[in-house]
Amino acid sequence: MAVTGGVLVLYLVAHMIGNLKIFLGEEDFNHYAHWLRTIGEPAVPHRTVLTLIEVVLGLSVVLHMWSAVSLGKRASHARPVKYQSKKKSHAQGYAVHTMRYGGVIIALYIVWHLLDLTFFVVNPKNSDATPYERMVSDFDPSRWYITVWYVVALLLVGLHLNHGIWSAFQTLGLRTPRSHRALRGLAGAVAAVVTLGFISVPLSITFGWVS
Amino acid sequence: MKLTLRVWRQSGPQDKGAMVEYKLDDISPDASFLEMLDVLNEKLIADGGEPIAFDHDCREGICGMCSLVINGTPHGPERATTTCQLHMRKFKDGEVIDVEPWRAKAFPVVKDLVVDRSAFDRIVQSGGFISAPTGTAPEAHSTPVPKPDADRAFEAAECIGCGACVAACPNGSAALFLGAKVTHLGLMPQGQPERWDRVVSMLDTHDEEGFGGCTNTGECTVACPKGIPLDVIGRLNHDYLKATAGGKKRA
Repeated sequence: MAVTGGVLVLYLVAHMIGNLKIFLGEEDFNHYAHWLRTIGEPAVPHRTVLTLIEVVLGLSVVLHMWSAVSLGKRASHARPVKYQSKKKSHAQGYAVHTMRYGGVIIALYIVWHLLDLTFFVVNPKNSDATPYERMVSDFDPSRWYITVWYVVALLLVGLHLNHGIWSAFQTLGLRTPRSHRALRGLAGAVAAVVTLGFISVPLSITFGWVS
Repeated sequence: MKLTLRVWRQSGPQDKGAMVEYKLDDISPDASFLEMLDVLNEKLIADGGEPIAFDHDCREGICGMCSLVINGTPHGPERATTTCQLHMRKFKDGEVIDVEPWRAKAFPVVKDLVVDRSAFDRIVQSGGFISAPTGTAPEAHSTPVPKPDADRAFEAAECIGCGACVAACPNGSAALFLGAKVTHLGLMPQGQPERWDRVVSMLDTHDEEGFGGCTNTGECTVACPKGIPLDVIGRLNHDYLKATAGGKKRA
């Protein structure tokens, strides 16, 4: 959970920084998308690095989900009879209690996101358009519901990271009484920066700040 | 005080069990939760009924026998307090109070509110000890321990093994209990010889007993009547990784 989650967090940070290129203009953004496919050329063939990233990422997602499912299964075996009394404890805040259902929603969101901007199945444009055109038409003001869907999913990602990053340090035994506050702060800061960075792109397009 | 209790009644391990409602008037707000149950039991006996079985021993918050989930919270609403030290003044007059046993596969219900916690004994037997010659008490100052280590070890040693951490955990994990034992013994010089084997065998026994996996929700430390901090789980994971991946384990 912790190791695969760590890989995914690092990817998210890189992906978020890449997305922000949209604010540098159409040419920069398209150039960035092209560069991703040509890293290391001509030493390595076209799309080598990107494919490698995709493989590591896919593997991490699968193993992350597998860990979550096995933990969930163990949990239901460990308590076959449930409590009658309904209580809501948020010992470490609300985020902890969104990890499982939130994770499922995030997984569904990733499927949509791939169909949208990787395979162009649910995107208004197709593979003839430039990446910039696809982004801008995707979050067009007339398609505000797509923007809402992205924002909701990204807020869930933020909650997921807020607990997940801290929890990963604890799982890897890197948390000591002294580093507790620092690690909590780090988790909160990374979660906030990643979420706001991602959300800023669809919102800016929908509100017409980027066109 | 007038109270309505909804208590889990189960005649034996095989019985299905159900919540049964009891009305009580005239309970002193100064009574402890267990004294309130004593009053109810005397009434039940006088009426020719079967008294409610519940675990208790010292009634001063140090033995770890009392084990009631009150309104969904192990040991009730007051922080860092065992059920026996919880008083009825913490409840409102006329309140409906749910009383249930610890719920975990590794803690099967024996009767009513009594659960079998010998799974914890087996975890301790698998590694919660040090090898030292008994019968001769060494001079206490002959083995110096840094003060911060001694304090942290003492904090972890406060664990009374009641199992509230398991009862509170949404995953039914005993990681806080394990962490408390591993931290307590692992910080002391006397605990070093078995340190790396201890963490592995205690964790293996924990998993064999059917406890769940920790996801760091933090519910355990909130429910713990001794306020064992969550960082003992960080130490547990640290020692476990060092013992296994780090190759420190001998056996």
